[in-house]
Amino acid sequence: MTHTFKRLALASLTLCAATAGLPGTAQAQISGDVVKIGFITDMSSVYADIDGAGGVEAIRMAIADMKGMVAGKKIELIYADHQNKADVAANKAREWIDTQGLDLLIGGTNSGASLAMAKIAAEKKKPFMVIGAGSARLTNEDCTPYTIHYAYDTVALANGTGNAVVKSGGKSWYFLTADYAFGASLQADTATAVQKAGGTVVGSVKHPLNASDFSSFLLQAQGSKAQVLGLANAGGDTINAIKAANEFGVTKTMKMAGLLMFINDIHSLGLKTTEGMYLTDSWYWNQTPEARTWSRRFYEKMKRMPSSLQAADYSAAMHYLKAVEATKTDDADKVIAQMKTNKVNDFYAKNGEIGPDGRHRHDMFLMQVKSQKESTEPWDYYNLVQTIPGIEAFTKLADSKCSLVKK
Amino acid sequence: MTDLFGIPLPALLSQLLLGLVNGSFYAMLSLGLAVIFGLLNIINFAHGALYMMGAFLAWMGLEYLGLNYWVMLLLAPLVVGVLGIFIERLLLQWLYKLDHIYSLLLTFGITLVLEGIFRSFYGSSGQQYAVPDALQGATNLGFMVLPNYRAWVVVASITVCLAVWALIEKTSLGATLRAGTENPKLVQAFGINVPRMITLTYAGGVALAAFAGVLAAPILQVTALMGSNLIIVVFAVVVIGGMGSILGSILTGLGLGVIEGLTKVFYPEASSTVVFVVMAIVLLVRPAGLFGKEK
Repeated sequence: MTHTFKRLALASLTLCAATAGLPGTAQAQISGDVVKIGFITDMSSVYADIDGAGGVEAIRMAIADMKGMVAGKKIELIYADHQNKADVAANKAREWIDTQGLDLLIGGTNSGASLAMAKIAAEKKKPFMVIGAGSARLTNEDCTPYTIHYAYDTVALANGTGNAVVKSGGKSWYFLTADYAFGASLQADTATAVQKAGGTVVGSVKHPLNASDFSSFLLQAQGSKAQVLGLANAGGDTINAIKAANEFGVTKTMKMAGLLMFINDIHSLGLKTTEGMYLTDSWYWNQTPEARTWSRRFYEKMKRMPSSLQAADYSAAMHYLKAVEATKTDDADKVIAQMKTNKVNDFYAKNGEIGPDGRHRHDMFLMQVKSQKESTEPWDYYNLVQTIPGIEAFTKLADSKCSLVKK
Repeated sequence: MTDLFGIPLPALLSQLLLGLVNGSFYAMLSLGLAVIFGLLNIINFAHGALYMMGAFLAWMGLEYLGLNYWVMLLLAPLVVGVLGIFIERLLLQWLYKLDHIYSLLLTFGITLVLEGIFRSFYGSSGQQYAVPDALQGATNLGFMVLPNYRAWVVVASITVCLAVWALIEKTSLGATLRAGTENPKLVQAFGINVPRMITLTYAGGVALAAFAGVLAAPILQVTALMGSNLIIVVFAVVVIGGMGSILGSILTGLGLGVIEGLTKVFYPEASSTVVFVVMAIVLLVRPAGLFGKEK
């Protein structure tokens, strides 16, 4: 009897708490008197270096730059590790929105996790800013009014590297592709860009995810006599493939093009191994004086230079907080409308525009890795080859598969 | 050019050789596992983490102490061996009387702890370890260009494997070891300190893992997770070879490396699963493994 009573009491308490958390009371424009940002990313596994704890720090820096307050209310940050599991990410997002009064969800690396979180955010009508995940589906087939894809996507990477390398003389391509959805779409997108630019694809080989030995695949690539080896994989796979390519002398006969590489990958491989490689990124710490200033601050805290994702974490959080400040509310629809009508202008992006599909279109950069001689200080790794305007880098609105785009 | 099954012969030969290189790692790791299983009757899940430690020690020796590859090739197995003594004395020895699952869980826990420590200190993208100067460069074999370092891996691991095999099968120390496996009580009655022998066997087994780790450091990126990626395959190798069979684990290790290498030519997508397919077939036909004896 007492047991049933306890349960009933608990249930009614939960109900009270739930209704108290609901927005909509006329006076309170900021729900729960606090603006709560939640960040879910890979904190411990393969992608932890490019985002992870550094990403958390970047968002903290944005909050600190707002002096911890927005529209007169406190800003709070909570974060969690999704362990690269989509279900863990989705459950955490749901829990935070339901019980913690979450106002903004920021998604880190891993496309699977972000696609799952996008569904939850749309169902609960909360803004969801994707930083680390690369799948272009997020703003095409799977777009929602609440998803903003902020940093980069597979289409932009493919357009950047594929197009530019062909124009610099790398006409024939061979792909080394990770055998899962992401690898396949990266290869397909790049192959399209290569062919559009007048190049040819002579073949490809698929390797299992987390393959530790790449020598066999590289010999097959070498046998193809192609000029360029496109690495349609990520993280540890890319790193080990490049290492083996050096060892077997593949780099002497073929140009390497990393299709998804971050500065941390270059840092851990070293310039000797990566010299001359092409890659596309959304940002580089040494690209402008403002970027440098911010990066030095980040370096003080993390003892390494920020990746483009960590810079985007800051920029996205800031863009959101500014929108809350301007609209004086954390109401999702109003804040998103504000974010989409105002351009992003900070050390990360210049004149970045968020389209009706949720795609943030900003300049992308084709980089070439410096040689050891050219590099003058630690983390001085890239030469800028070409700036690719946002409108050319990303899927054009007219070609978007997103149902929200009016044609 | 001569073709075999539509693949040019030189390509096939080079893949065979590369398979042998990978097989060398499987052989060394599965040998350590087999020795430990043979005497201690435990499944050492921490093997991959200790292999990772070997690679990391090599890197740390060079980075912090300026010790070169050759020094670390001896030192890293010693350090990991000592760690093995601690693990066996402090933790494992209490579990021998219990079900296998307990030691398996314990060693799995040790893996998680070790990997967590290295990941939190060194991150996940890993460290770069250069090929030692003496083994730089490559040799043209006619059908392929083989990096000298890979050739060294094969030579070093086969030498070590054979030495271990000879030690266990051909010496009186080995004879006592094998007797201890069969009937520890009787061996103890002859005045032999069986618990100490067990401790040293565990230390020796994990030292082999560390040795393999140092060998792998210049080929692979040194990361906290490098052991996890490999260890599952190595377990399959042990199962195929037969638990506790010394020569069996060496031969199966090399053999499966070659099979895997060939799969990478004919159907690359299956290269990560082919070992398990072989395992399933072997278990159906010979449940005790290719070289194992039914108990």
